Amino acid sequence: MNAPPIPEAPRKLRVATVSLGGCFGCHMSLLDIDERLLELIEKVDFDRSPLTDIKTVGECDVGLIEGGLCNAENVEVLRAFRAHCRVLVAVGACAITGGLPALRNHLDVGDMLQSVYGEVPDDPELPLPLNRVLPIHEVVHIDHALPGCPPPADAFWQLLQDLIAGRTPVQAPGLIRYD
Amino acid sequence: MVVNAAAVSEPTAETADAVLDRWQRDPLALVQILRETQAATYWLPRSLLVHIAAALGLTVAHVEGVAGFYRFFHTSPVGCVRLLFSDNITDRMLGSEALLAQLCARLGVAPGEVDAQGRFSVDRCSCTGLCDQGPALLVNHHQVVTRLDGARVDALADCLLAGTPVEEWPDEWFRVVDGVQRADLLLTGLAADASSLPAVLARSPQALLDEVAQSGLRGRGGAGFPTERKWQACRDAPGPLRCVVCNADEGEPGTFKDRVLLASHADSVFDGMTVAARAVGAQQGFVYLRGEYRFLLPQLEQVLARRRVAGLLGRNAAGIAGFDFDIAIHLGAGAYVCGEESALIESLEGKRGTPRIRPPFPVQAGYLGRPTVVNNVETFCAVAHIARRGGAWWAGIGTAQSTGTKIHSVSGDCARPGLYEYPLGTTIAQILDECGAPQAQAVQVGGPSGACIPASEFGRAIAFEDVPSAGAFMVFDRSRDLFEVARHFARFFAHESCGLCTPCRVGTELVVRRLDKLAHARGAGHASAFDIERLHDLDTVLHSGTHCGLGASACNPLRDTMRHFGAAYAQRSTAAQFQPDIDLDAELSSARRVTRRTDAGAHLHTDTPT
Repeated sequence: MNAPPIPEAPRKLRVATVSLGGCFGCHMSLLDIDERLLELIEKVDFDRSPLTDIKTVGECDVGLIEGGLCNAENVEVLRAFRAHCRVLVAVGACAITGGLPALRNHLDVGDMLQSVYGEVPDDPELPLPLNRVLPIHEVVHIDHALPGCPPPADAFWQLLQDLIAGRTPVQAPGLIRYD
Repeated sequence: MVVNAAAVSEPTAETADAVLDRWQRDPLALVQILRETQAATYWLPRSLLVHIAAALGLTVAHVEGVAGFYRFFHTSPVGCVRLLFSDNITDRMLGSEALLAQLCARLGVAPGEVDAQGRFSVDRCSCTGLCDQGPALLVNHHQVVTRLDGARVDALADCLLAGTPVEEWPDEWFRVVDGVQRADLLLTGLAADASSLPAVLARSPQALLDEVAQSGLRGRGGAGFPTERKWQACRDAPGPLRCVVCNADEGEPGTFKDRVLLASHADSVFDGMTVAARAVGAQQGFVYLRGEYRFLLPQLEQVLARRRVAGLLGRNAAGIAGFDFDIAIHLGAGAYVCGEESALIESLEGKRGTPRIRPPFPVQAGYLGRPTVVNNVETFCAVAHIARRGGAWWAGIGTAQSTGTKIHSVSGDCARPGLYEYPLGTTIAQILDECGAPQAQAVQVGGPSGACIPASEFGRAIAFEDVPSAGAFMVFDRSRDLFEVARHFARFFAHESCGLCTPCRVGTELVVRRLDKLAHARGAGHASAFDIERLHDLDTVLHSGTHCGLGASACNPLRDTMRHFGAAYAQRSTAAQFQPDIDLDAELSSARRVTRRTDAGAHLHTDTPT
């Protein structure tokens, strides 16, 4: 009698995360799922992320973007995420609206650089800041948004559970926070 | 600002004091006081607002809040002559934008700007209700100039540059005609014999209510609420004092029937209001006349004065002991949202025209918390006829659910624009046929907040059970781009949003930006199916999430045109994937300037790489 076939382990979801013009608070909130992290890594592999220190994004199922677009590098990174991630999620107030960094939008960024630095460095290594801090949906197509500053840990958990299960993420009303 | 710091000047204070005295320093009359003061001072400097606030015992914040709300109040300097071009889609179809540009070029000012010597300012305003004799413009929020063309604009520029006072401009420019093309019972005005009113009012209030109930009359403002039920609810509401308000804030673009009723059938309107007052037991009546119809005020006041002399208003009105009723006219100041009845009541109380949360409905707690009936001009006109000729007679006209006649303000691409009165249940095709519009591809029925009806549905009837209408009937022929029509209406709603609730204030603006993206493909980007999807989302949010009906109906033109004229949207959204609407390289300009960098890293391309 043949042994029953060993079921193939379901492919893990590949997830990349990044903080653009953000404070990493959203990433901290993700870590607040605490011991559920252990459960999560059974189902998820992390690609580029502050958690892995991988510097370039590979082919992924999900990209979580924290922060808005403050400079040219942010734009390039966001585009790389869009090109490599099947599903892109705007995480937190800054990604969704520009957030706190966007408070500078009514001032001229060139004038500010001059008044702070005097002689403004022209090193090509330094990404140039944008005239205005932009929410990420202005530049690439975003599939889902996770509001909050930061979104609660349970909101991250719910989103990832939904994506792992192949469901369209739906936020429970209690998890939608704007502050 | 220097002007703000200065104390109000002596003559300005005197002007304001005279107006304040005329209104007995009543804070409820704030909107009227601001309007009348500004008529003499051209604009409302902060020092003047401080003066008025002190005189009325109101906070400066309140007075500034009101002055800042209404489009016709100016809190920064304007020209001695203020011209506002009516900016309805029908004005544009008649060439208003080119005429505006022509006038501005002659005067050397840009739209929205004041001439360097402070002589004049030119800008746009929402529909002035003269669509059948446009393009039109408003002078000093007081008079209207109709039938503008290149020659008239040139002559107008001559007058302005020569400093000719408005009173000396040719009379012909100010001519406003009724333009009745097809009259039925309301526009023939058979009932306008005020002498028969006492006999009508001598009947018991309940008999009047029964008559209106039997007529099956439904409100003509658009919502079609049964008039008798509204009146009965007001009559049944507790409280010693009641009000009757005539909503003459005919702000729905493309609607101008109330202007004609007020100009030529004012007695019928006041008859109807008096019948309503008798039926519900009201003491106080208001006509809320839109600021754009300021030119009608003197003749309306004259009619009221005549009726007072005839004993039809005032103590024991129409000779009925204990029936004390009078009517006052309040003017609006350029706010579309004040056509919403609870916003209108706020405005009557001298406040910003912000719609109230309902319930309580105005019939329960309206003006100053008193049970208040608010009806459209045409509704009161109908009542004047019903009260004389009986509910059964009225119910015999029209359809079972939509009784009586309805006046349509026909404009746009047709040979004979003007007013057409038909029994309810008349098909759109018949109206198009009679106004001469064989090339019509769509009709906007009931204005932007109504419905856009494509040619395939011209067999439908205008009636509450089929296509309801508040009275506008704008025709678009095959040369018109319905996408641009919808975009124009989107700008209108964004402009007129009262700003109270976020879904409307922000949502209407997002609709405009998204439609602008489709129209212009700003930057290097262009629109994609994603943008259409976002428009559908915005429609859903606005339809379900706004505070009042303005926001809820703001996407109606968008929704209708996306459904019936999808090709106009599809041809503007051909990008294979989402493209930004921002010139990203330009977003680095400021940093490039101070770093003087020219390397590749100092630039960004805008297109999403494919």
